[in-house]
Amino acid sequence: MPKITVNNKELEFEEGMTVLQACELAGVEIPRFCYHERLSIAGNCRMCLVELEKSPKPIASCAMPASDGMKIKTNTPFVDKARKGIMEFLLANHPLDCPVCDQGGECDLQDQSLFYGFDKSRYTENKRQVKEKYMGPLIKTQMTRCIHCTRCIRFATEVAGIPELGATGRGEDMEITTYLEKSMESELSANVIDLCPVGALTSKPYAFEARPWDLKKTESIDVMDAVGSNIRVDTYGWEVKRVLPRVNEDINEEWISDKTRYACDGLSKQRLDIPYIREGGKLKKSTWDEAMKLIITKLKSFSPNEIGGLVGDLADLEMIYSFKSFFEKCIGSTNFECRQDRIYINPQERMNYIFNSSINGIEQSDFILLVGTNPRLEATILNSRIRKSYIKNKLKIYSIGDAGDLTYPYENIGSSTSVIREIVTGTHKISDKLKKALKPIVIIGDSALCGKSGKYVFEALKNFLSRNNFINKDWNALNILTQQASRVGGIDLDVYSISETENFSFFDKLNNNVFKFIYLLGADNINFDKKDSFIVYQGSHGDKGAELADVILPGAAYTEKNGLFINLEGKLQSAYKASYPPGDAREDWVIFKDLSNMMKKPLGYNDAKDLRTLINKYIQSKNFKDIKKAIDADFVEESILVKPIDYYYTNSIVRSSKVMSECRQISKKFLFTGIEKAS
Amino acid sequence: MKFNRIIKTIFMADFISGLLIAIKEIFKSKKTINYPFEKGKISPRFRGEHALRRYPNGEERCIACKLCEAVCPAQAITIESEVRNDGSRKTTRYDIDMLKCIYCGLCEESCPVDAIVQGPNFEFGTETREELYYNKKKLLENGDRWETVLAENIKADSPFR
Repeated sequence: MPKITVNNKELEFEEGMTVLQACELAGVEIPRFCYHERLSIAGNCRMCLVELEKSPKPIASCAMPASDGMKIKTNTPFVDKARKGIMEFLLANHPLDCPVCDQGGECDLQDQSLFYGFDKSRYTENKRQVKEKYMGPLIKTQMTRCIHCTRCIRFATEVAGIPELGATGRGEDMEITTYLEKSMESELSANVIDLCPVGALTSKPYAFEARPWDLKKTESIDVMDAVGSNIRVDTYGWEVKRVLPRVNEDINEEWISDKTRYACDGLSKQRLDIPYIREGGKLKKSTWDEAMKLIITKLKSFSPNEIGGLVGDLADLEMIYSFKSFFEKCIGSTNFECRQDRIYINPQERMNYIFNSSINGIEQSDFILLVGTNPRLEATILNSRIRKSYIKNKLKIYSIGDAGDLTYPYENIGSSTSVIREIVTGTHKISDKLKKALKPIVIIGDSALCGKSGKYVFEALKNFLSRNNFINKDWNALNILTQQASRVGGIDLDVYSISETENFSFFDKLNNNVFKFIYLLGADNINFDKKDSFIVYQGSHGDKGAELADVILPGAAYTEKNGLFINLEGKLQSAYKASYPPGDAREDWVIFKDLSNMMKKPLGYNDAKDLRTLINKYIQSKNFKDIKKAIDADFVEESILVKPIDYYYTNSIVRSSKVMSECRQISKKFLFTGIEKAS
Repeated sequence: MKFNRIIKTIFMADFISGLLIAIKEIFKSKKTINYPFEKGKISPRFRGEHALRRYPNGEERCIACKLCEAVCPAQAITIESEVRNDGSRKTTRYDIDMLKCIYCGLCEESCPVDAIVQGPNFEFGTETREELYYNKKKLLENGDRWETVLAENIKADSPFR
């Protein structure tokens, strides 16, 4: 390995590293603005200057490839003077409005000017003034503060894949703009706020809300999609002020989608904070005692077969497990379901319902086949990985079903199940390519599994992949892309009504009005006609489920409880409590505990710790080994259409968020004029 | 020595010299002041009751940067901010708990726009504790009332900042 000397300390580095990376290996911190690990190198801020022996000028370490025998110095007066000069130039046009700037307290320029800034300005000229740009409802701009690091441009072009940002003009006239003053389209757009080293791009909904030192930071897991992005929830008092990404190389790197970031204002709107009972067609405020007693008397009046339960999309494992044990122990029924739609699932093996290749694995792949899925809207972070892999490996991507713009090119090879038959039998042109691929990935989405042909699509592809030895110890090409954060957890905890012959028995019963008592656990994306059944809704937001309900029990949202989540790869992650449920609302597992205690049939746990132990035991003791036979499904001719997704309207939290509805209006190009609004 | 002391004691020398000082002082002007009708002179840096100042056009100076809140060692200040309709950063709440306050003057020192100041008023005792929980309205009223003096004091102290 080649060697480099940093501050008289010799160390080895990997071929291809830059001087800046080598210095970081040596434990020397180099100040920088434009350089970012996950973006291409621009080398235009010049803050990372270091001294190279025998070089008359200081060099920009981020752009200089390290080579064998280089002698770098980072702590000499020469370097210090160079950096101070750069800082003076940067500050020449930067307005010193830190007190009104939202970046204040977490600003790179502020931090570094403490070390390299002069206390007085030598400039008497007027500072540059730049007009503010419109970048949509999420990003607030104050372009006078911009130092032209071009991180945002590089992010939009490289990672988000939609080149919406660019620079016009040169020198002092350079301005970052969206060209046509339009809202940014990308679902990852708000990441430029984190990338911006100064306060030029800040968060619009969070504008002037709080200071970073005011906020309590809690590590948590996102539930807006099944990816399970790692997030940090910042709270001021009880209110969730903002959500920021946490670095997790295996899942979200350091990006999160706009929905993850900005749905948090929905946590304080439309909340259920007190139990309600429907009397004479209207919901009336009630007490816990009254509501629970009513539920128990109703439960006793029906036979267990007439009682059904549905788990919603934002549920954590504690919620699902206590729900399941309540149903089994207190009601004696197993009519429960964690799917909210007729999506075919084969729960015989764990690999049948998770994303086996893993999100990191996408980067090693050389062939991707999307079956009835639009990863851009169903799992935004996963889509950015596919794009990263596309840029790195230039791999071929095919899709069955038209998925629209995915930010990378792909070939649409038809949209019906007959294409799958052709691939499986080897008559399709991509069949050979798939067989020859080293690490192929087949991603099956909900749209392909929800039709009558769902069983055929899944089983045929799975059998085909295992026949060609793509399902082995090192590589598993079979991937299911679920959309609900609770799905994999729910199936892991066996909350489904699936027999060998019948996959949708729960939904048949639901639609045939077999259930006289339905327990909705945060289930809002439901689609059935209420007739004479008695419905209990337990959840956090007054949404579709609460509209139908006869009794409403207020629960906690995902930031208000310690919860375990299993993401689509099958990774178990734990989220911590950042604030408290509003009003009288309780954590969901406590509600089930209280209900069971009132029925005098205790569930066997009294605190959250016991519950977690039980959950861990349940998951670990699950045994898939003895059942492993290939299922052959009959071919069903059906078209595979990627279901359109209303991205900013997918769950109850997003639906109650004001910011998200603004985004939705813009994405739908709802431009209200005065006249339209009135009518 | 012993003899001298005896003489002084007999003729009450110490007593007479003391009496002479007293007689001299009778003809000089008096040192005490008739508080509260008369008040002593205080420094322009005096750290008394807080006030929030305004610009001459009536606009509040405070921009809700929260530096005073952050620097306050007694954590007596609470601020909440918002985007005002014209897009500027302003406070919706500015509370000082005058009972927690230790009158150290750090808030005044940290303020980038000279909005929060400690004025020359030290006579703000109240009958109840509640009256000493100052809110934004009260602080702005203070500012309006004392503005002339506050501006003079800041001007007098400005060469030393």
